[in-house]
Amino acid sequence: MHLILFIVFAGLCLAGAINLLLQTHPINSALSLVVVMSSLAVLYLLLGAEFLAAAQIIVYAGAIMVLFTFVVMLLNAGREEHTMGSGVARILGFPAVAVILGVIATVILKAQGLGSAALSDPITSTEDLSRVLFRELLLPFEVTSVLILIAILGAVALARPGGDERRVGK
Amino acid sequence: MNGYLHLWLIPLLPFAGFLINGILGRRLPKALVSTVALLAPLASFAVVLNAARAATSGLALPYAEICPVGWINAGMLHIDFSFVLDQLSLVMLLVVTGVGFLIHIYSVGYMHDDEGYARYFSYLNLFLFFMTVLVLAGNALLMFVGWEGVGLASYLLIGFWYQKTVAAEAGKKAFIVNRIGDFGFLIGMFLLLANFGTLTFSEIADKLAANPAWSGGVLTSIALCLLLGATGKSAQLPLYIWLPDAMEGPTPVSALIHAATMVTAGVYMIARTHALYDRSPFALSVVAIIGAATAIFAATIGLVQNDIKRVLAYSTISQLGYMFLGCGVAAYSAAIFHLMTHAFFKALLFLAAGSVIHGMGGVQDLRKLGGLRKHLPVTFWTMTAAVFAIAGFFPFAGFFSKDAILYAAFLQGNSGKVLWFVGLVTALLTSFYMFRLWYLTFMGKSRSPEVHPHESPWSMLGPLVILALFSIGGGWIGIERFAAYLAPSTGPLSLETGSAHLELVLSILAVAVALLGWFIADRFYRQRPEAPARLAAAVPAGYSVLAHKYWVDEFYGAVIVKPLMAVSKFVLEWVVEVAILGGLAWLLGGIATFTGAILQRWQSGNLRSYAAWLAAGAAALLLFALVPWTTVLANVGIHFNVAGH
Amino acid sequence: MIPLSWYLLLSATLFSLGVVGFLIKRNLITVFMSIELMLNGVNLSFVTFAHQWHLVKGQIFVFFVMVVAAAEAAVGLAIIIAVFRARSTLAVDRIDLMKL
Repeated sequence: MHLILFIVFAGLCLAGAINLLLQTHPINSALSLVVVMSSLAVLYLLLGAEFLAAAQIIVYAGAIMVLFTFVVMLLNAGREEHTMGSGVARILGFPAVAVILGVIATVILKAQGLGSAALSDPITSTEDLSRVLFRELLLPFEVTSVLILIAILGAVALARPGGDERRVGK
Repeated sequence: MNGYLHLWLIPLLPFAGFLINGILGRRLPKALVSTVALLAPLASFAVVLNAARAATSGLALPYAEICPVGWINAGMLHIDFSFVLDQLSLVMLLVVTGVGFLIHIYSVGYMHDDEGYARYFSYLNLFLFFMTVLVLAGNALLMFVGWEGVGLASYLLIGFWYQKTVAAEAGKKAFIVNRIGDFGFLIGMFLLLANFGTLTFSEIADKLAANPAWSGGVLTSIALCLLLGATGKSAQLPLYIWLPDAMEGPTPVSALIHAATMVTAGVYMIARTHALYDRSPFALSVVAIIGAATAIFAATIGLVQNDIKRVLAYSTISQLGYMFLGCGVAAYSAAIFHLMTHAFFKALLFLAAGSVIHGMGGVQDLRKLGGLRKHLPVTFWTMTAAVFAIAGFFPFAGFFSKDAILYAAFLQGNSGKVLWFVGLVTALLTSFYMFRLWYLTFMGKSRSPEVHPHESPWSMLGPLVILALFSIGGGWIGIERFAAYLAPSTGPLSLETGSAHLELVLSILAVAVALLGWFIADRFYRQRPEAPARLAAAVPAGYSVLAHKYWVDEFYGAVIVKPLMAVSKFVLEWVVEVAILGGLAWLLGGIATFTGAILQRWQSGNLRSYAAWLAAGAAALLLFALVPWTTVLANVGIHFNVAGH
Repeated sequence: MIPLSWYLLLSATLFSLGVVGFLIKRNLITVFMSIELMLNGVNLSFVTFAHQWHLVKGQIFVFFVMVVAAAEAAVGLAIIIAVFRARSTLAVDRIDLMKL
């Protein structure tokens, strides 16, 4: 059962990621990304991360991707223009990616003592998670709230219409 | 009885005084400044007295206190903060803190109206700190710290009235000339380190004692290097030139630093390292020759000086020459004996001169003094004691110590007799110029009638009286007992080859010579005051040579300073400015422009090429970190010798 | 029973696909999506290792990554809007003023 679930959702995940690369219209890419994230949520659940699965759906697939699609529509981004490619990106980038993947894969495959996952594994309850989060890591948690606040303010300041022109105009 | 003596308090108390007065002095009331400034040396004098009490009641000397935390630990080199109390350093400490304390008291009166009152006392305390460190140091490096420190304090105090250009220049001169000597000291230390592997005096002495056959060669060069340091600090030929100029400082400073204590550091250092000198007859004879030459050389210049403090300065140089002569004939305890009595009477002479200057409102030209006997009675009588002491009249302190040195020199074979003769002539000259000073200052009629001299306050006269007592009685301990006491640290003084008869004859001769000097001075400056001018006119060349101090300053100026300045100017203007700075700037700029021109192409502004480089970097890092290269290469057949395997 | 190395391999593949996307996509928004893809790949390996070592903190790290990703998306998209407003294009190759 676990194996089937893993194969289905890992396959969906990879298919979504590859589709993201192949699609030329941003809105298609965004939808593929939603597929990737949703299947990742299932994989998290398979690994016993109940809370993260929920958060993945709500935060990533929900909030962040909505933001993406919203921006795509707002800017009315069309198909990709066919600009001149970057030679360096092709000559240097792809071998580098191949090397990264190769090295990491070798290390993973050679690693001893990696365990396995099964459906019968205990699930990390939200209670456990929040116990650690709100006791040991209370300060980092509070700091992230400040971070988010700053991000919101920054986003407002950056995206405010006419902000640039006003400054430049003076 | 064998308790801890807290030797570390001896330097640190004056240091605390320095910090308090140096930092807060401006804001504290004058009374508090004086209290702090006086308490610090008094307290460390008390600690020294306590140590002396312990030493007389059975404490085993040398007694060492070593700071538990090492100072320098580098490979084979281990240097501690170690303070060592032995007979030599005890005598020296008594002189330094005792005379130092008296001069502090004197300074309260002398410097009373000076603006830099607190600054003055903080420097004076700083000097005592470094001087006691120098004396107590158990190894050459710690001694060097004190050595440099007293040089610094001396520089600060000579240039105390830094608004006066002369004073500032004199401070610089003292500092620079001392640097030359310190260079010798440093080289000597490096040689010690290279050949003995240690700088601790006792270990050096032990190693020498373990190799009785070791002599000459490298020991001679070490001894000569240290001697160079000593000639700088103790104002001997050829580095004496800074001391007369140092008289620009306040008079108590001249008394403390440039007469009683700091300038004797060279003698102390030679006595401290006498084990080295004992193994090098050549170095010893160099010491003796330098001492004798300096003694007579400075004495002749002192004959014609007209500034009361300069006469005393040349006299100091001359007396230090005696001490070197004593060291040079291996009579270290006699040299230390003379160091001690000299500290008393020369400090007294300077303080009395300071009292005269104070009373005359700043006049220090002998030609404008005179007839002060009635106005300054206490100063007159104490100074008289000092003059008799330095001239070597029985039973004043100077007689015993000078006699001991001359006697020790006389016993050193034929060359020793030459040295003895030079010393005797110097004694004659000394007697003459001291009585000349005495007559010109106190006898006859006042030559500046417009000044109304007044006697100094008792804070100044008290130290004078105490020092006068020591100048009279300081020598009664006798050289035999003194030498016997010092023998554990300076080696025995062997005078057995002589006889009581010979010693008596030499003593009588010395006193006769002193009397002769007095007699000539009396003829010249009391009975026929026009005689000196006539004599000067009769031998104009001789007078001119002496009055211009043999043109040594001019000679150094032409031979050393001017070429040095020219070379420095050339190096600065051409080598540094043009070649190094200009060339370097051109080169650096060129490199930057060139590499910039190449790297500029890298910065294309294209986001994706940046990303590619980033990925390449990540790949390289992963390859470097995650691939076990040594194993891979070993499989290919290449072996690396990894350090630690 | 699935070996955890499979999850790790999936995570590495997702990350690499993200890098490839960054390299080949020409639209600024899609490039940004590639970054999100990389983040998700890393998140997966965090969760996997949390499972391996039975450590809650691994999951909490993912939680923080999500928070940062949310903040980043907000600011990043705002920047994209500002860039689009200034240059009227989203093609990365045309946005190359960051040079001498």
